[in-house]
Amino acid sequence: MRPGLAAIDASAVAVARARAPGAFGASPGRRALRACFWFAFLAWLGALLWWFDFSPARLWNGIGGVLTILRLMVPPSPGEHLDDILKGLGESVAMAFLGTVMAAAMAIPLGFLGARNVATNALFRFSLRRLFDGFRGADQLIWALAYVRAVGLGPLAGVLAIFTADIAVLAKLYAEAIENAEQRQTEGVEAAGAPRVLVMRFGLLPQVLPVMLAQALYFFESNTRSAAILGIVGAGGIGLQIAERIRIRAWDEVSFILVLVLVTVAAIDWVSARIRHRLIGRTVPL
Amino acid sequence: MSTSAVAAPSVSRALDAWAIQQRACRTATLGYGALFIAALLAAAWVSEVRPATVAAGIPRIGEYFWLILPTLRWEVLFAGPKVEGSLAFWMYRLDAWSWLMFETSQMAALATLMGAATAFVLCFPASRNLMPLAPVTFAIVRRCLELFRTVPDIVYALILVWAFGVGPLAGVLAIGLHATGALGKLFAEVVENADFRPVDGVRAAGGSWLHVVRFAIVPQVLPNFLSYALLRFEINLRGASVIGFVGAGGIGQELYTVISFNYYEEVSAIVLLIIIAVTAIDLVSERIRFGIIGRSRR
Repeated sequence: MRPGLAAIDASAVAVARARAPGAFGASPGRRALRACFWFAFLAWLGALLWWFDFSPARLWNGIGGVLTILRLMVPPSPGEHLDDILKGLGESVAMAFLGTVMAAAMAIPLGFLGARNVATNALFRFSLRRLFDGFRGADQLIWALAYVRAVGLGPLAGVLAIFTADIAVLAKLYAEAIENAEQRQTEGVEAAGAPRVLVMRFGLLPQVLPVMLAQALYFFESNTRSAAILGIVGAGGIGLQIAERIRIRAWDEVSFILVLVLVTVAAIDWVSARIRHRLIGRTVPL
Repeated sequence: MSTSAVAAPSVSRALDAWAIQQRACRTATLGYGALFIAALLAAAWVSEVRPATVAAGIPRIGEYFWLILPTLRWEVLFAGPKVEGSLAFWMYRLDAWSWLMFETSQMAALATLMGAATAFVLCFPASRNLMPLAPVTFAIVRRCLELFRTVPDIVYALILVWAFGVGPLAGVLAIGLHATGALGKLFAEVVENADFRPVDGVRAAGGSWLHVVRFAIVPQVLPNFLSYALLRFEINLRGASVIGFVGAGGIGQELYTVISFNYYEEVSAIVLLIIIAVTAIDLVSERIRFGIIGRSRR
């Protein structure tokens, strides 16, 4: 018998177990706790599936329906109203562009007001930040629906919805960008005797403007996606065409529009990435 | 003497070059500025944003949002639901709305769970470093994830409402489908950034591909996966709050009704509930996420 093996016997194991109980698997208490957790999780899951009516029969029927729809979607066809589709698509892109530009322009002063190194009143800044957070909680579609009631059907409601939903988020991001800006440059301008406005103009703005532009471009990209669905509630753009085609079950036209939207979104992503690189180079951290 | 003779022409040449560059820069700025303004005008023209419509619209926006805001009177703020101007009068259906909001949150939770579970299965074949020998599978899974995430969840909901009928089932599936695509991409990126030394270790010990995933990758990436899933939960909650607009369950259906029928004060009550719920989830999930990530770093 080799001496190394002889050293490990039952008593040695017992000693080791007493010294490091964690190395021999979970303790019974922990194991019971874990079992309780899994039991609660499964009970919750079961209750939800029962509540939302995930019955096998319903799922089976639904999957059959989805397969039928998918079969009808191929081949995609433009249908008889290609001009309407293209107009809707153009409208969506235009809505996204206009809404983003307006929101970005509005968010710059708000961002300065919300930044710690510009707005020194803590209470004011805190409430402004909470307001930004609150605005973010309401989805763009809620704004779109409200604006449709306010200004009527059409792209204006969509532009306003994108504008309202994005101001707060962009302002928050801008405020963070301003807070992360290098202090030495502002101090330099300050030391040269400039008033506060000029300190912001020459000390802060050149540092944060590229970041702001890049963020705005990102928002433009994501807004072209969301502008494609605002039409579902009547706020202009291609969404109206999608909803209409689904309502009359013209599935081949639905798939055509979806493919067109995907291509447009990909093209805009590509263009905006090019612009971003041109404006700020690849190295600016976001 | 000789240096200045050399310097003078070179300085003037540098000045010329600088002037040319300056001019080019100014032309470029002007050109791109003009392009930007033209794009802006074209966008305004296409989206029918005319000065006249905007001028007519702005007062109506103010009027509408003024109508939506509740008329609360300080003297009777905490009076019963029968007194006009009290909080209870404004939130007179708080019990029903809270229940709907709870349903919405559970829809979002279930959809997040489904999305995270499917993404968990799909992210390993979608990681380049784990699939060096099967580029076809890798490409197919990647394209599928892309397809899942580029179509917005509400479009899935419109389609699934046809297939599965009106109700939360269609909404949960729609959000889950979209979340699968979004989370699958993020998960795959985490896996691609994982430390590969444990993988070599498991391979050296004779482990199969599944062993590699289970014992070398999953322990490293699980905290990040959880953190992304929690982040997604908040996004899904916002999605679930509007997915009822197309009949896919949750509080959105109620919101659609009160907005369409111009039950003004109820609109602000429901929107406030949604905002409170989203903010609460946001704060809690942020706390948990910092906890998880912190523990994994330690």
